[in-house]
Amino acid sequence: MAKLIAALAAGLVFGFGLALSDMVNPARVLAFLDIFGAWDPTLVYVMGGGLVVGLIAFRPTLARARPLLAARFVVPTRNDITLPLVAGSSLFGIGWGLVGYCPGPAVSSVVFGEPKTFGFLAAMLAGMLLVRLIPLPGASAPAAA
Amino acid sequence: MTEISPWMALLGGGLIGLGSWLLLAMNGRIAGISGIVGGLLAPQAGEVAWRVLFIAGLIGGVALHHFLVAPEGSITLAAGWPLVIVAGLLVGIGTRMGGGCTSGHGICGISRLSVRSIVATCVFVGVAAATVLVVRHAVGG
Repeated sequence: MAKLIAALAAGLVFGFGLALSDMVNPARVLAFLDIFGAWDPTLVYVMGGGLVVGLIAFRPTLARARPLLAARFVVPTRNDITLPLVAGSSLFGIGWGLVGYCPGPAVSSVVFGEPKTFGFLAAMLAGMLLVRLIPLPGASAPAAA
Repeated sequence: MTEISPWMALLGGGLIGLGSWLLLAMNGRIAGISGIVGGLLAPQAGEVAWRVLFIAGLIGGVALHHFLVAPEGSITLAAGWPLVIVAGLLVGIGTRMGGGCTSGHGICGISRLSVRSIVATCVFVGVAAATVLVVRHAVGG
């Protein structure tokens, strides 16, 4: 039960951060990606804020024997740069650049009730299922991230 | 589009980092949204409820902000339906194939100093910027 409350709380804080920094807005994200247009640096500050916290907090936490509420850390251990990693990240980059949605903002911005958000989510889930149905040789483990 | 002050963006990013750290410190899991959603498509025992609640929290966090802090806030999804569907498919396929997205690789992975995540983040940010360059400045539209 405590684990479920922790997951809900973590999601709440994460989602509030996405909204506060306007990362839920595809137009804002596209304005960042548009380096040669009217560039909007917001995403740099968002990544910066997230990484300042992460870089300080993750290391001492992962040095502990186990998380507070679970038996072990489930964290990727691979270090090899593989074709699926690079090809997958490239495909993701194209999709992200076409519309301005990555998974977190796409899922959480359903709050705004824009029909195309739901269309994007349905297509995203279909894409994820496709990868599951057609396993690629050497593909990253699904638990990776 | 309304102005977002750098401080607000930093604070928002800090909260994203804090939420990610909470999930790691409490439950030992990586707050990668594509991975958390993807794990629901092949449900395993003990792996469903926390994912559903994290996603509920994610939506709840945006709802809290929208209804309590900034009711005038809105989003703009300028792309047409065909592009939205193609992009959704690419994001779904790409994030599962590449083992993560902006949160799992970009925030959590770089925070762990994972070489794979640093490479993945450089690739998807670079390709996304190149895509916008082509769509907005080469093709026009």
